[in-house]
Amino acid sequence: MSTPTSTAGHAPASGLKEWILTTDHKRIGVLYLVGSMAAFGVAGLMAIIIRLEQMQLGMQFVSSATQYNGFLYFHGAAMVLAFLIPGLTGFAANYFLPLMIGARDVAFPRINSFSVWLFYFAIVLALLSFVVPDGPDIMWTGYPPYSINTTANTSMYVFTVHLLGFSSILGAVNFLVTVIYMRAPGMGWNQLNIFVWTTIAAFVLQLVFIPVLAAAVTLLLFDKYLGTHFYDPSAGGDVLLYQNLFWFYSHPAVYVIFLPAVGILFDVIATMAKNRIFNYKAAVYPGIWGIVAIAGIVWIHHLYVTGMPDWIRLGHMVTTLLISVPVGILTLSLWGTLYKSAITYNTAMMYAASCLYLILLGGLTGIPLAIPTMTLHLSETSYVHAHFHFIMALFSAFALFSGVYYWFPKMTARYADGGLATMSFWLNFIGVNVTFWPLFIIGKEGMPRRYWNYEMFADMKVMGYSFEQFHTIATYGSWLVAAGMILQTINFIYSSFAGKPAPLNPWNSQSLEWTHTASPPGPGNFGDTDVVVDENWTPYNYNQG
Amino acid sequence: MRKLTLAMTGLVSTVLLSGQAFANEQAGGNGLAVPNQSWEHLWHEVIVDITVIGIIMAVLAVVMLVKYKATSPDQVGTAKELSSVQSIAYALIPAAIFMADDFYLAANGWTVWNEYRRVPENAMEIKVTAFQWYFEFEYPDGTVTDKLVIPHNQPVVFRMTSEDVIHDFGLPGFRVKEDVMPGRITYIWINPVEIRETFVQCAEFCGQDHAQMSTSISVVPQAQFDIWLAKMAAEG
Repeated sequence: MSTPTSTAGHAPASGLKEWILTTDHKRIGVLYLVGSMAAFGVAGLMAIIIRLEQMQLGMQFVSSATQYNGFLYFHGAAMVLAFLIPGLTGFAANYFLPLMIGARDVAFPRINSFSVWLFYFAIVLALLSFVVPDGPDIMWTGYPPYSINTTANTSMYVFTVHLLGFSSILGAVNFLVTVIYMRAPGMGWNQLNIFVWTTIAAFVLQLVFIPVLAAAVTLLLFDKYLGTHFYDPSAGGDVLLYQNLFWFYSHPAVYVIFLPAVGILFDVIATMAKNRIFNYKAAVYPGIWGIVAIAGIVWIHHLYVTGMPDWIRLGHMVTTLLISVPVGILTLSLWGTLYKSAITYNTAMMYAASCLYLILLGGLTGIPLAIPTMTLHLSETSYVHAHFHFIMALFSAFALFSGVYYWFPKMTARYADGGLATMSFWLNFIGVNVTFWPLFIIGKEGMPRRYWNYEMFADMKVMGYSFEQFHTIATYGSWLVAAGMILQTINFIYSSFAGKPAPLNPWNSQSLEWTHTASPPGPGNFGDTDVVVDENWTPYNYNQG
Repeated sequence: MRKLTLAMTGLVSTVLLSGQAFANEQAGGNGLAVPNQSWEHLWHEVIVDITVIGIIMAVLAVVMLVKYKATSPDQVGTAKELSSVQSIAYALIPAAIFMADDFYLAANGWTVWNEYRRVPENAMEIKVTAFQWYFEFEYPDGTVTDKLVIPHNQPVVFRMTSEDVIHDFGLPGFRVKEDVMPGRITYIWINPVEIRETFVQCAEFCGQDHAQMSTSISVVPQAQFDIWLAKMAAEG
């Protein structure tokens, strides 16, 4: 293996300019990582403020309910649209998918570059909501008529969604073409990393469903600023049209986040456990593609309390419960991969192991919510809030962090493991449990989401404790997570420059990004020789049993 | 292969049928007419179900994470490649188990759902109109109030609509809520079997004072209700 020194057609340019104008998928991946972590930082700060405000009854921390609503809007929109989706399908897919399939770059490097620019424009636009006097306060869901009637600036929300959606569609086309046409010679479909499968599944979902979201928010824009009446019942429109369109995209969007996270998890666990994927084909076809197939026919579970006809609510109860079938198959493959394995523990594997707990807790607490009868009470409570944080936010974020620790030696030639990493992991893991368990408990008793105050519950006790006490514990948990995230960020920055030097393939992985590239890989990824794999090669070829 | 498929189909249908039978028996047996009691009952059932699955899976994970710790850096896993029959079986078995559990839960959910949606014929109708940020209630005699008082043991159906944005008429004490929207009419019903004082809250984000959009709901004896309504009618 040689370290490529030629720049393969790239003229050397000064540092900053080279980064901004780069068409190299690895640098674009790093740009996505930096952008999404920045969004995570700001949105995380909002979460801390939200928790501080809920810690006690009455208003202590924010200056007005509108300010609180603005923070809540930003937290949700930024975490979903600017951290989770770009972190997983932007960073991880950009940097590692071409390496995993033995491609020298993506199919359309310039379009890729344009995608990341759009992403940064969207972040800037989103951040402007803190500067303008009428920042959006419509929650990340933006339901009309409120989003139309409000004096706040709904257009910022709409244009942010447009920019990110456009960026994602371009990314989706790019990566689908890359995987279909640019795999290393000899690489069959059943030899792909699970992460590659989950990424293309996520991009298929993006390609199919984003236009629906774009249409939904564009009609919002027309209604608010051009005087149309798509969502206005007084002129023949319908308020539920928006919710149907919105969730027709936004439920699949959960899988756009969940699937690549599962993919990272499979790759980390197979590598650290030195084992083949248990029942690979079942994980890929009925598992991953089963989720894709079912993704578009479950959205009514977000509308269980909107007075939809009984037949559709019950129909979607059945389809929603059936999500447990592909997810169950994936879970069995994940668990099976541990069977008769040889596990080496490090920070990546600790995050991966914690993800097994998060997928169980988050997944199983979704089952009551699949049943409309249960949701008639649980809808819009902090039970829902805790459920989707565990399965979507925490599971996916922890999988992403696992991936960052796993691939850190590839990106920097240094380890990010060490005392700081271990300490921040435990702070994060304990912190998220302390934060969200209390919300399950009071949520079941009716604690609503999106309430800065909960005066009406002042006298209510659960297990002998008041709602305020549960909120206080949750707030303490958020401080642990804040401390963990700050330490982790310091650790990432420190380790990039001064971490312990790592060999080329520190985890003894069989995957191409470890076996065939330098750390970090140079332009063109694979030096002078193209990667060719034979029919017996798999990225999980640890034993020949 | 064919035997396996047949066995699977048999297993699924058996569990399905028994789940349905169990659900029917529960519905017919004790005739739970009060939605919120049925809710707690179903909740309990679902929690037991997911706790059992969760504990089995968690124990398996912990055992494997501890047991298969590598003893040397060069050690590799020793799992064998699955044969085709094994591969298919390990996809179909979990699929069958989860599907059976899903249909069992769906059957139970369906039964309680019917209780929630079938309004008794003797229900008293109260019209609910939501505004930013309060509710208005209209009783059958035309009296309009801003808080709810309802007679003990008298089923009540709320017919709801909104004058501005989407709200939600939430009764956490009765384990039920439904959105209240402009241009649409929705309903929920309750059977107040207990004399008590609780509250109504808005449960769909509706702007600035969403968190304070709440009012009281009191369940009182019929005689007391009649006096109260007459008084409100006189004032109104």
